[in-house]
Amino acid sequence: MSEIKPLILSGLEPLVVTPEANFVNIGERTNVTGSRKFLRLIKEERYDEALEIAREQVAGGAQIIDVNMDEGMIDGKKAMVTFLNLLAAEPDIARVPVMIDSSKWEIIEAGLKCLQGKGVVNSISLKEGEEEFKRQARLIKRYGAAVVVMAFDEQGQADTFERRIEICERAYRILTREVDFPPQDIIFDPNIFPVATGMPEHNLNAINFFRATEWIKQNLPHAKVSGGVSNVSFSFRGNNVIREAIHAAFLYHAIRHGMDMGIVNPTLLEVYDEIPADLLELVEDVLLNRRADATERLMAYAETVKGHKTTKKADLEWRSWPYEKRLSHALVKGILDYIEEDTEEARQHYDTALEVIEGPLMAGMNEVGELFGAGKMFLPQVVKSARVMKKAVAYLLPYLEAEKQEGNTRARILMATVKGDVHDIGKNIVGVVLGCNSYEVIDLGVMVPADKIIAAAKEHQVDAIGLSGLITPSLDEMVHVAKELEHEGMNVPLLIGGATTSKIHTAVKIDPCYSGSVVHVHDASMSVPVVSNLVGNEQEAVRVKQEYADLRENYLARQQAKELLPFEEARANKLQLDWQAYEPPQPALQGIKVFDDISLEEISRYIDWSPFFSAWMIKGKYPAVLDDATVGAEARKLLDDARQMLAGIIANRTLQARAVVGIYPVAAAGEDVQVLDWDSGKQLAAFRFLRQQTRKAAGRANLCLADYLAPADSGKTDYLGFFAVTAGLGIEQLIEHYEQQDDDYHAIMVKALADRLAEALAEMMHARVRQELWGYAKEEKLSNEDLIAEKYRGIRPAPGYPACPDHSEKKVLFELLDAERHTGISLTESCAMYPTASVSGFYFAHPEARYFGIGKIGRDQVEAYAAAKKMTIAEAEKWLRPQLNYNT
Amino acid sequence: MSNQLQEILQERILVLDGAMGTLIQRHNLNEEDFRGTLLADHRQPLKGNNDLLSLTQPEIIKEIHRTYFAAGADIAETNTFNANAISQADYGTQHLVYEMNVAAARLAREAADEFTAREPDKPRFVAGSMGPTNRTASLSPDVNNPGYRAVTFDELKEAYKEQARGLADGGADILLVETVFDTLNAKAALFGIQELFDETGRQLPIMVSGTITDASGRTLSGQTTQAFLVSISHVNLLSVGLNCALGADQLRPYLQVLGKESPFPVSAHPNAGLPNEFGEYDQTPELMAAQIEEYLKEGLVNIVGGCCGTTPEHIKVIAAVAARYQPRKLEKQQA
Repeated sequence: MSEIKPLILSGLEPLVVTPEANFVNIGERTNVTGSRKFLRLIKEERYDEALEIAREQVAGGAQIIDVNMDEGMIDGKKAMVTFLNLLAAEPDIARVPVMIDSSKWEIIEAGLKCLQGKGVVNSISLKEGEEEFKRQARLIKRYGAAVVVMAFDEQGQADTFERRIEICERAYRILTREVDFPPQDIIFDPNIFPVATGMPEHNLNAINFFRATEWIKQNLPHAKVSGGVSNVSFSFRGNNVIREAIHAAFLYHAIRHGMDMGIVNPTLLEVYDEIPADLLELVEDVLLNRRADATERLMAYAETVKGHKTTKKADLEWRSWPYEKRLSHALVKGILDYIEEDTEEARQHYDTALEVIEGPLMAGMNEVGELFGAGKMFLPQVVKSARVMKKAVAYLLPYLEAEKQEGNTRARILMATVKGDVHDIGKNIVGVVLGCNSYEVIDLGVMVPADKIIAAAKEHQVDAIGLSGLITPSLDEMVHVAKELEHEGMNVPLLIGGATTSKIHTAVKIDPCYSGSVVHVHDASMSVPVVSNLVGNEQEAVRVKQEYADLRENYLARQQAKELLPFEEARANKLQLDWQAYEPPQPALQGIKVFDDISLEEISRYIDWSPFFSAWMIKGKYPAVLDDATVGAEARKLLDDARQMLAGIIANRTLQARAVVGIYPVAAAGEDVQVLDWDSGKQLAAFRFLRQQTRKAAGRANLCLADYLAPADSGKTDYLGFFAVTAGLGIEQLIEHYEQQDDDYHAIMVKALADRLAEALAEMMHARVRQELWGYAKEEKLSNEDLIAEKYRGIRPAPGYPACPDHSEKKVLFELLDAERHTGISLTESCAMYPTASVSGFYFAHPEARYFGIGKIGRDQVEAYAAAKKMTIAEAEKWLRPQLNYNT
Repeated sequence: MSNQLQEILQERILVLDGAMGTLIQRHNLNEEDFRGTLLADHRQPLKGNNDLLSLTQPEIIKEIHRTYFAAGADIAETNTFNANAISQADYGTQHLVYEMNVAAARLAREAADEFTAREPDKPRFVAGSMGPTNRTASLSPDVNNPGYRAVTFDELKEAYKEQARGLADGGADILLVETVFDTLNAKAALFGIQELFDETGRQLPIMVSGTITDASGRTLSGQTTQAFLVSISHVNLLSVGLNCALGADQLRPYLQVLGKESPFPVSAHPNAGLPNEFGEYDQTPELMAAQIEEYLKEGLVNIVGGCCGTTPEHIKVIAAVAARYQPRKLEKQQA
């Protein structure tokens, strides 16, 4: 099947239901048949209070709200219209789509005439025959809504697997062929019936729902599945321990079978992982009909917990605490549900909203910060806390705006990844950490030129600017930004972060260009102390300036002492391999091979998870990290989330992977390598590698990658391989999807995961090259651990990494492979690859080939390098900045 | 017609005309001019009811269409922005709505045919303009009574249907539901238009153009640009776009949203900048065209033109710029 079309709905804002959205939660409390309170309010025409119920639903995370007015004692049509019209005037409710829930067509139609957005009708069915079904469906389409179709026909409600799929298949066929209804706008409700009723014919109720769901998702393209979950546990009314466990287990399986959305009461839902193992087994025995006495056994268990307070209720004990404690509890635990009402309560105790932030909310975030600092909370949890904080601050925003007139403001931080660079995981994490400490973060995104940074800094009158970058040329760009800021006469503190940045570089290169403070922020956890110390604090600014000046002088003084070998001597000490005894293996592949649409599932088998954890600032090697006493639990949760997302990405192909590989004969001489055409022998490309220049112990060579290739004058023909791979095609949509929902956690997760997939793909392609495309290791059989430990012959160094640190070699590489056309990876002006989840480099096949670092190099080598590359010396220095052993 | 237009929209950028009201004002018409002989004895004052001029001063309206075609417009908008029963009720002229629309479409049709005959390589089209009416279906005019509605969905649907019938009978090629402040009004219009198509068995391509009222990026009724797009995508549109309220510059971020998300071709007809202290639009044709050129560089649009304050001089410069760029390409049809 081609890509699954999303169901797209709208209130004041869009809701895109994609498979990776996991599960859409439909709020159920604005339903007179389900909520006695709501019924009473509607009967008594207390619409203001009825609206509050809707507001709580949305604030509590409902992504759609279901409105039902089917009750004999009220005028359902009038109540529906009145309620929807009032709801339209409440932007914080009306932002989500409405589900008009009624069994009466006249109420449905009256409701549809009130919705400016694209809502959902719940429901229609074949109960009254095809003609009525088609008539209603045509009108729903014309009103611009999606539709829930019940598995119900002229014979009655479907209760077996066969009846369910028969009715859904028939309804789908009529809707798509005769009514021309968009298939992605069809949502089937294949009937959730109670289990463990004691009647044997009900034993398959859950399984049949799962199977029908799976069948619908496989056989009725683009259609979605929904259902009302609480029905399944009907036999255990009054026993919430059991009901919650059943709901959680049912949803777990239903979602795995493809259920997209559902009406769920979040207060009656246990966390699947937290169901006691013995109970879970009994519940799953019932749901999955695993043994004949399953119901009896669950009943017996139920007796033992009857009358127990539910775990959820015990968890809710914190609701009775004072508001300060409730706020910090919600922040630490990442609980969104009550944050607005608790924030409001706090607001009533303070004169200004700002004091609420600086008082109880900051106290809560400080606790989060302390736990984070002490290693008792982990970044994924902090990101969730940040979401709660964001919500609290968003709630206070109107009050803050009003107070701003009176001069109170929160400190505002501008963040940007500099021009030419596209890496932003670190920057986003810093943004989140700052944001959750109540700083207002203005994020300009990636590839931001200096003038934009300056314009935004002025416009928003920011209190500090954070610059981020990962690749080498970004260092120069940061210097450029600092100079431009100076030119504009600004002096707000400048924060520098990102993988290639360092305190030394900041002190030596950036700080002298700018009269304001310049601080290197080593990792996200440092960002808050740095900013809070610096903003608005003259004394600290003076101290920091002095600290960096001292660092600089110290460094420059030490600098004189460092001595390198003259380049010519380093060349003379090259690695001497015995070329007479070596026969370069003849590659099977002669030229280029392109791999389109590589199976993500296959790639995922090659994932090295350790760097994934370090991206989240959790230290430790996989899999040992999972059992680590302090971070183990969090690491497991993170890995579960990652695997779940990965499964979604694989199932829905939301990311695409491509690769291009080439192998060519080469002529090497010194540091130069010419790539030759297989047939004509003409030069296709030329690379120039760098050579170590530090003084070596006796018997150790000054290495250069070219040393691993048979020199042209050895009389042997050697070969070099090249590759460019990406697993990040399509990532923008995923990220945007999460960012729109303010879900930084999953947005960061997608990027971290895509990076892992790209590395895994590089590993996988390398294996294929060794075993098949080049074929010098046909017999190789290595486990993934062996691969990660690099227990194979040959290396795959990448431009920009220690053995060949010049990023600009990627230009030559890309041209040789026509990589942009073949893989969709593009290079920025600074030679960063986009999508960032990409890897490119060389394949060296010699058994002696090892990874190494070039280290510092002297001006003599830079001059020779610039001449060979036909660059100016200044340009070569720009690309090799961290390698230079001298000042420019 | 629909297919021909769809093909052209993938080949080149079509130019919509500019403001009608601005050019009518240049004629300094008085109450008698508006009344003509048809409504000499009408009880209410009629000055300012521009839509009436299609009946009482047809030559002026036709000449305005000619001026815009001569300036390079491919599509003329009929003089029917307020020619619906709800808006005309203010003047007591709702009984003339059908005639107004037929006459207005016919005037534009005749002007278009003259130019198409002269330049067969550049066929001219007529878009029947259907404004928002002066009432909103999802907002209450009374702040103390947020549940109140001054107009119902069904009233709007009928009014739009009547207008669409007149435009179709008068020879419009396209129906243009424009200046959408409230998406529910537009949905009622689309509903009425589809009912009309069912009854007559004849379909016309439909353009929808929304209005983002200010820098909040939302419509008057509170929707984001993308939510607006989602809410009207159930109809297979010739194009979706934005017009009015903002100048070309301010419109750009919202067009980028449409450019990215829309399964249909995209249109834009912004105002000539924002009004100055005197409420006049004084952005020069060159400045406006330069701002529009930004969209064209980004490949955001298939149709461009002007709304309030734009003149044939503006359209001339815009048409010259538009000719140098490729239209937005439809990557995949979602419908």
